[in-house]
Amino acid sequence: MLKIENLHATVDGKPILNGLTLEVPSGEVHAIMGPNGSGKSTLSYVLAGREGYEVTGGSATLNGVDLLAMEPEQRAVAGMFLAFQAPVELPGVGNANFLRTALNAIRRAKGEAEIDAMQFLKLARARMKVLNMPDDMLKRPVNVGFSGGEKKRNEMLQLALLAPSFAVLDETDSGLDIDALKMVADTVNSLRGPGFSALVITHYQRLLNHIVPDRVHVLSAGRIVRSGGAELAHELEASGYAGVQAAA
Amino acid sequence: MTAVSATGAAAFLGRFEGLRTRLPGARLPWVEAMRDAASVAFRQAGFPTRRVEAWKYTDLTAVTASAFGEPLTSVDDAPALPATAHPRAVFVDGRFRPDLSTLDACIYAAESLAQALPGLEGRLGLLARADEQPMTALNTMLFEDGLVVDVPAGVAGGVLELLSLAAASERAPAYHPRHLVRLGAGASLTIVESAIGPAAQRYLHNPVFEIEVAAGARLNHGRLQMEGREGLFLSTVYARVAAGGAYDNFTLNAGAKLARNEIHVALNGPKAEAHMNGVQLVADGQHADTTTSLDHAAPDCASRQTYKTVLSGRSRGVFQGKIHVHQVAQKTDGYQMNQALLLSPDAEIDCKPQLEIYADDVKCSHGATVGELDADHLFFLRSRGIPDAQAKAILVEAFLTEAVEAVADETIRAALAQGVAGWWQRQGIAGGLEEA
Repeated sequence: MLKIENLHATVDGKPILNGLTLEVPSGEVHAIMGPNGSGKSTLSYVLAGREGYEVTGGSATLNGVDLLAMEPEQRAVAGMFLAFQAPVELPGVGNANFLRTALNAIRRAKGEAEIDAMQFLKLARARMKVLNMPDDMLKRPVNVGFSGGEKKRNEMLQLALLAPSFAVLDETDSGLDIDALKMVADTVNSLRGPGFSALVITHYQRLLNHIVPDRVHVLSAGRIVRSGGAELAHELEASGYAGVQAAA
Repeated sequence: MTAVSATGAAAFLGRFEGLRTRLPGARLPWVEAMRDAASVAFRQAGFPTRRVEAWKYTDLTAVTASAFGEPLTSVDDAPALPATAHPRAVFVDGRFRPDLSTLDACIYAAESLAQALPGLEGRLGLLARADEQPMTALNTMLFEDGLVVDVPAGVAGGVLELLSLAAASERAPAYHPRHLVRLGAGASLTIVESAIGPAAQRYLHNPVFEIEVAAGARLNHGRLQMEGREGLFLSTVYARVAAGGAYDNFTLNAGAKLARNEIHVALNGPKAEAHMNGVQLVADGQHADTTTSLDHAAPDCASRQTYKTVLSGRSRGVFQGKIHVHQVAQKTDGYQMNQALLLSPDAEIDCKPQLEIYADDVKCSHGATVGELDADHLFFLRSRGIPDAQAKAILVEAFLTEAVEAVADETIRAALAQGVAGWWQRQGIAGGLEEA
């Protein structure tokens, strides 16, 4: 379970998160919606440990472990996964080699047996088939020359292979066509279960038609200003954020 | 007896005076004349200072302030060498070691220069410019040995290993081997050259290569400079390529306290090609310099240069690349790229591309970039559970990939990969990517 309490964070000295409190119990998927500049991406980067995002107060724990005290790689080992809004391209880094390196880094850190190249390829190909990814995406450098949709598929492949206990999807739906959107939803839905929870950050209702959230939160000016069930997303889609912000 | 160790140019000139009558070829008038002329040139020039344009970024104080000795004449140590499937020429402190070498396995002529010297009139010194490069003058004055290779026309020579070892010695030896390589028309050869030495000994390795590639011939020349950390490596290569021939030089400049990899290539016949690629890995306390000079002296020639430098700690890298396109060299296709990655705020790189184009119908491009590791790339890898040091190693390997992939010859590429991996280990950094 992810537990965030009274979280404050600044970027370049500017306060972005201003006392954010949120709980995502194990087995649940929550959505965060909110206008541009409300702090959605900042929240995802603060949770993943990106440099330049300074926590000035509050706490964030994953399954009781203090996330904020850990290096990004330690957070990954602790079960945190961030699906990036704009995945980077890594020329010269083969996708398959990268995926196996990441998988084994996490397994090693957990004291689990490493996966050899044969086992890995078998596992990766099986996952890729489900994601409708061509085999050659393993051979190509990470995200280089990938379309927007392919990059997001690659993020979902990483999510499926690394099997974290908590995933943050930072506007993964932006720029996706309906097929890719369904693929993202299928991936998250397939992981749903007692040992997995997720925070889906999105601007739009349409992803939430496919990943039906247990709770929806509205983020405004760095705080959760309203929470509700899945129906809240529909309400926002119809009336926009103006009403929510005014009420906050 | 008290002896003040002499240093600098005077010490080398004094050594030449003392050895003059005993150096190989001392009874051959043409050798004597060549050495005398070189000594005059070296006396005039001395070791280049940073006021000399070609040495603006590389300070030779480590050379001029060190007292060097002669290599021991008889070395009875037999270093353990890794097994190889290829013919091999081994030099210890610059001297050919027949006991460690397997030149009999060559299907072409290959022998030590000391032995071959009487037959080298008109060939030795044909390309090397003792009058222009002081380090070449020093080499000409004092060379004692080297490798002489002759691949006859039409012969595919396969792979030849050239191994230079510095013996573990307190004598701080200075040695100046002269290597001559000649490929006849349509011949081919791959030379995999390694220069290594003990970690803590001062020595000077000052090799000069003279390479002639005849029409339609191809020489792949892979060089792994992995000298000891107190070693000083100042190397000059002269290559001349005839019509349709190719010279492919790849240099890993990873060892030595001070290393200069200077390459002069002349493309002298139509459709000749030069590939000059390299990787410089420069750690704390090291200085690595790659200086290339390329003469496009015939039409329809192509040249490709990609050099990548990685610098960590307090280190310094240099790339100077000159391309001269003569008026006759129409349809020249030239490309030069030089990129540096700074891993530390105390590292420094100096780049000087220099294009002189006198033909009007040419394609000649060059570029240089200097940067640090991309913070977004690093964060991405770490967010996937890859520890910081390993993530950095992955990104550095990726940076080097382009230069490594430009190496056409598989043997050289494999040796290079090993050389790069060894460098990482010496830096105490775990390997980067796992293969899948």
